[in-house]
Amino acid sequence: MTERVVAGKEIEFDEQGFMANYTEWDKDVAVELASEIGIDPLTDRHWQVIEFCRSDFEAQGDAPTLRRITKVGGVPTKELYQLFPKGPAKKVAYVAGLKKPSGCI
Amino acid sequence: MFEDKQRKLCIICSKGTLDMAYPGLVLANAALMEGIDVTMFFTFWGFDIITEKKMDFLKCTPLANPSMAMPNGMGIPNAMAILPGMTDFATTMMRKEIAKLDFPPVREYLQMIADAGGEMYACKMSMDMMGLTSDDLFSEINAVVGAMEFMEMSEDAQIIFI
Repeated sequence: MTERVVAGKEIEFDEQGFMANYTEWDKDVAVELASEIGIDPLTDRHWQVIEFCRSDFEAQGDAPTLRRITKVGGVPTKELYQLFPKGPAKKVAYVAGLKKPSGCI
Repeated sequence: MFEDKQRKLCIICSKGTLDMAYPGLVLANAALMEGIDVTMFFTFWGFDIITEKKMDFLKCTPLANPSMAMPNGMGIPNAMAILPGMTDFATTMMRKEIAKLDFPPVREYLQMIADAGGEMYACKMSMDMMGLTSDDLFSEINAVVGAMEFMEMSEDAQIIFI
């Protein structure tokens, strides 16, 4: 566990570098985490993905797989890779303040 | 976690049974989700995975496969596995199990890999041997290439042979 300041807030991160506690997340944190990994600015479509992931996490207890984001969240695979290029599974979870997804798809 | 170093993976798919098609598809997609560059190369029996007339009908057989068991854990003796209909039965069972885990069928999986930026190549020798043309292949295949071209493409890549 490490702590660092993101958007003026003390935030705890797990060993893999993802936020340890998703309730510490807010939109300013998301904007800063996204810009850290080169996603700037966050568009409405980014927010749609982020919000879907967070509400799905609350309901399911696990960060959704990309397949779930496309099938249930309604964002096509191609677009997901444009919004979060080079490794969308980890990047989406990182920006949304969730743990690394455990699914294989 | 989000390294700048670009990792590259080549996956050679050489088997055409349903159970041996999935490892390549799963790994290719997982690598793309992680941000790794992926090149797939389909050769010999693996050609069935990208042949339009066959890709939706891949089968798996319990014959000579001691690992395959019924969902209740009972093994399938070879003497039973040779009976007519056993391959179709095993295939149906496996398709159901795959769908239960929410893994898509082969065609949809390949489309997903293509949409995610994965590159897919068909082996020229296999195509000639099977009397097919590029018109017989899944539309997302980038090109038909020879073994030497594949060597060039896979320079500096990690290679997985399935």
